[in-house]
Amino acid sequence: MWDKIKDFASEFFVTGDPLIYGADVSIGLTLIAVVAALTYFKKWTWLWKDWLTTVDHKKIGIMYVIASLLMLFRGGVDALLMRTQLAVPNMEFLAPEHYNQIFTTHGVIMILFMAMPLMFGLFNLVIPLQIGARDVAFPFLNSLSFWLFFFGAMLFNVSFVIGGSPDAGWLAYPPLSELSHSPGVGQDFYIWGIQISGIGSLMTGINFIVTILKMRAPGMKLMKMPMFTWSVLSSCLTIILAFPILTITLALLFIDRYLGAHFFTLDMGGNPMMYINLIWMWGHPEVYIVILPAFGIFSEVVATFSKKRLFGYKSMVFALMAISVTSFFTWAHHFFTMGSGANVNAFFAISTMIIAIPTGVKVFNWLFTMYRGKLSFPTPMLWMIGFIPCFVVGGMTGVLLSVAPADFQFHNSYFLIAHFHQVLIGGVAFGYFAGLYYWWPKVFGFKLNEKIGKWAFWFWNIGFYVCFMPQYVLGLMGMTRRVSSYGWDKGWYELNLTSTIGGFLMGIGFLFQVWQILHSIKFMERDTTGDPWDGRTLEWSIPSPAPMYNFATLPRADDKDAWWEEKQRIAQGHAPKPQPKIEPIHMPKNSGIPFIMSACFFVAGFGFVFDWLWMAIPGLIGVVACMLAHSFNYKTDYYIPVDEIKRTEAAARRVI
Amino acid sequence: MMKGLRRLTAVLSLFAMTILMAGCSDKVVVLNPKGEIGKHQLDLIIISTVLCLVIIVPVLILTFYIVWKYRHNSKKATKYEPEWEHSTKLETIWWSIPIVIIAILAAVTIKYTHMLEPSKPLEHEAKPIVIQVTSLDWKWLFQYPDQGIATVNYIQFPDNVPVEFQLTSDAPMNSFWIPQLGGQIYTMSGMAMKLHLIAEEPGDYMGMGANFSGRDFGKMEFTAKATSQAEFDAWVQQVKDSSPALTTEGYEQLAIPGVSEVETFSSIPEGLFNKIVNKYGAHNHGSGSAEHTDNSGETTNEGATEHEHGNAEATMNHEGHVGHE
Repeated sequence: MWDKIKDFASEFFVTGDPLIYGADVSIGLTLIAVVAALTYFKKWTWLWKDWLTTVDHKKIGIMYVIASLLMLFRGGVDALLMRTQLAVPNMEFLAPEHYNQIFTTHGVIMILFMAMPLMFGLFNLVIPLQIGARDVAFPFLNSLSFWLFFFGAMLFNVSFVIGGSPDAGWLAYPPLSELSHSPGVGQDFYIWGIQISGIGSLMTGINFIVTILKMRAPGMKLMKMPMFTWSVLSSCLTIILAFPILTITLALLFIDRYLGAHFFTLDMGGNPMMYINLIWMWGHPEVYIVILPAFGIFSEVVATFSKKRLFGYKSMVFALMAISVTSFFTWAHHFFTMGSGANVNAFFAISTMIIAIPTGVKVFNWLFTMYRGKLSFPTPMLWMIGFIPCFVVGGMTGVLLSVAPADFQFHNSYFLIAHFHQVLIGGVAFGYFAGLYYWWPKVFGFKLNEKIGKWAFWFWNIGFYVCFMPQYVLGLMGMTRRVSSYGWDKGWYELNLTSTIGGFLMGIGFLFQVWQILHSIKFMERDTTGDPWDGRTLEWSIPSPAPMYNFATLPRADDKDAWWEEKQRIAQGHAPKPQPKIEPIHMPKNSGIPFIMSACFFVAGFGFVFDWLWMAIPGLIGVVACMLAHSFNYKTDYYIPVDEIKRTEAAARRVI
Repeated sequence: MMKGLRRLTAVLSLFAMTILMAGCSDKVVVLNPKGEIGKHQLDLIIISTVLCLVIIVPVLILTFYIVWKYRHNSKKATKYEPEWEHSTKLETIWWSIPIVIIAILAAVTIKYTHMLEPSKPLEHEAKPIVIQVTSLDWKWLFQYPDQGIATVNYIQFPDNVPVEFQLTSDAPMNSFWIPQLGGQIYTMSGMAMKLHLIAEEPGDYMGMGANFSGRDFGKMEFTAKATSQAEFDAWVQQVKDSSPALTTEGYEQLAIPGVSEVETFSSIPEGLFNKIVNKYGAHNHGSGSAEHTDNSGETTNEGATEHEHGNAEATMNHEGHVGHE
C-alpha cells in the first residue's frame, strides 16, 4: 500500500530538482500564510462577498491586474533562469529538458496569462468609465470570464509542481506535442489551461464589443469615442474572429492525444503542417490583439500630457481597423521556410509589410499630437516616450523579417527573438505600464510614487536595450532560438553575457515597481479631485475611486474630449452642465456561480489531464449544473435608492 | 530626465559601436556570406535596411526634437495650439511616404522571392552535386546518392559547384541552415524539399538545425566543408575505403533518438532516402511549384523526381495505412 502511494506520488509530483522542491516549499508556505491571515483577520466573508462573487467591472479589473502581475513575476523568473543558463558557454545550470520547459512556460505565460489578463484588466477598469456606462453589458459573463482565465492559468501553473510542465514550445507544434513525443501530462495541462482561459477571452471579446456598441453615454457617436475605446473595439473584434481558431486547433490536438486521432500526427495521413498554419492563423492576430489596446493607451496618454487634442483622429481610427483586418492575412510569414513557393511567400511578405503603413501613420500622429503642445513627463508619459523609439526600431526589424527571402537567414534565430521582444516589451508591456500608471489614481484614489517610478522606468528601458540589442547581432552570428547551451568556439559569449545583464536590469525594474506600489499604498496622498492628470475623457469627471454605480447621473458626451471641453467651458465662466435628477440605479447582483463554475471547469480539466474520468465527469456535471442554476435564477438585479446615491456622492465629492 | 536621456544615448551609441565592430568580425556569419545565395540575401537585407532607415532615422530625430522643444518647463516660449488636431496636407504626406517605401520594398521582395526560390536550380556550368539530408532525433544524416556514401553531422562538397540538397525528416520538423552559404529551409517528414546552395570559396562553414525539435536539438550542429574538387574526390575515396557500410538496420539504429558524433559510411542501402520520404505517405508538396523542378540533369536515384513522386504518393498513401494496420 505504502509503496503504491510512493509510486503514485513520485509520478504525480515533479521530483528530482532542488529548484522545484524550493518552489514546492514556498508555494506551500504562501498558501498556509494566506489561509492563516484570512482566518486570523476574519476576512473569509469579505473575500467571498466583496471579491470572489463580485460582478463589478472595477473589482474584476483589479483582480485581473493582480493576477497578471503575479504571472509577470513567474514569466520573468522563467526569463531570468534562461538568461542565466545562456550567460556563459557550456553552462550547466539547467538541463536541456528543463530549459525546454522553461521557454515553453515563459512564452505561454507572458502572452496568454500576463499580457492578455493585464489587457482585460485595463478594459475592465477603464472602458465603462470612459464611455459613461455603469457596468459592462454582461456583468455576470464578465465575472465568469475572469474566473475562467484565473482557473485556466492556475491549471497551467500547477504543472510546475504536479505532473511536469509542457516542453514543446509556446505554440506546441506537433508532432512534439503529440502523444508520440510528449507522452507526459505537461502537454495536457497546456491544452486544458489554455482552452479554459480561452473561453473566458472569447466571452470578454463579445462582452466589450456589446458594451462599446450599446452602452455609450448619450451624444457619444462612434466617431466621438475616445481612442482607447476604439482600440478596445478593434482588439475585441479581432478576438472574436481569432480565438475560435485557437479553440478548434487545440481541440483537434486534444482529440489526437486523447482519442488517438491523426489530425496532426506524422503518420496515418496526419499533417503537422496544418497545425502550424492553424495555430498561426490565431497566433498572428493574437499579437495584434495585445498591441492595439496599447496603441489606444498611448493615444490617451499623449493627448493628456501634451494638453492637446489627439492629432489625426480619423486616421487613427482607420489605422486601428486596417491593422486588425490585415492581421488575419499575414500568418504564413511565420514559416516562409516551409517551401510554399515563391508566390505564396511574396503574398504574405507584402501583406505583412502593409501593416507597417498604418502603424507608421500612428507614430506620426502621436508625434504631431506632441508638436505645439505643452509636454509634461510624469511616469505614464515617460513610458509613452520610451515606447516610440523602441517600437519604431522593433517595427523596422519586423519589416526586415517580412522580406521573405531575407527571412530565410533570420528565421529561428535570435534576430527574430530580439524583434518580437522589442515590439512586445517596447510596445505591449510599455503600453500597459503607461496605462496602469495613468489610470491607477482613478482606480485606487492615489497616484503611484513618481520618484520610484522613474527609477523603474530607467531600469526597464536601459535594461531592455542592453538585453535585446545584442540579440540582434547574435542572430546574425547564427545563434538559433531555444538552444540551451553553446560552445566557446562560436564567439557568442560576450554578447550573451551582456544580454543576461540587461535581463537582470529589467528584473530590478520590476522590483522597483513592486516597491513603488507598496510604498505608494502606504504613503501617497489621497487624490480628492478625481482628475489628478487634468484628463480629457469622461472617466476623470467622477470621483476616484469611482462609486460602485460609476455615474450618479448619466453624462453627456458631445465632444471627443467631453470632460476637457466641459472644464474649458467652466473656466470661461459658463455654468456647469445641468445635472439631471438622480434616479434609483439599476444594478446587477453579485453571484457565486462564475467562481464555482470555473472551479468545476478546473476540476474537469485536471481530470482530463490525468485521464481520470471519475474526476472529469463530475466536473463537467458541475459546469452544467451551474449553467442551469444561473438560467433559473431570476433575482439577478436590484436598485440603489436615491438617498444612498446622494450620500455616496456627498462623501466622495466632499460636498454638502 | 535629461540626465537619463543622455545616459540612454551613451548606452545606445555604445551598442551601435559593438554592432559595427562585431560586423567586421567574421563571426557575424550572415553578414559574411561565402556563396551566391547568401550574398543575394545579404544584398536584400542591406536594401531593405536602407529603405527602412530612410524613414526611421528622420522619425527618431523628429521624436527627440519635438519632445525637447515642446517640454513644458522649456525656458523659451513655444507655440501652444491645444485645438490643432487635423491637417489633410500633413496626414497625406505621412500616409504616402510609408506607402511609397513599402511599394518599393514590395517590388524588390517579389523579384528576390522568385530569384531566390530555394527549389530553383542555380545557373552554373558545373553539374550540381546532390546531397540528401535527413533530420533525425537529434542528428543529421547526409547521403551522397551519386557517390554512394553517407555521413552524419558532417558534409563535404567541392567549392564552386552547386549543391542540390534534397531534404526530409524522419523526426519532428527541423530546419537546415548553413548561414554563410544561404538561408534555411524546413526538413519535414513525408516530403522532399529542395535547397540549392553554392560555396564560392573553400572553408569550414557552420551548419545547424535551426528549428526546435525536442530535447537535444541544440546538439544538431554540423560542419559544411567546401574544398577543391580534387580534395573532395580524395575524401570520397577515403570514406569508401575506410568506413563501414550503412545498412538498413544501421539506419534504424541511427534513427533512435540520441545525439551522435561525426560518422561516415562507405555505402548506403538502395533507395533509403525515398523510403524515408514515403514512410509517412508522401505529400506532393516538397519542392515548391512544379515548374522549378528540374529532372533533366539528375542521375540521382529515383523517387524524389516529380513524376515518380506522384506515383509514389498514390501507392504509398495506401501502403502507409496498410503498414500500420
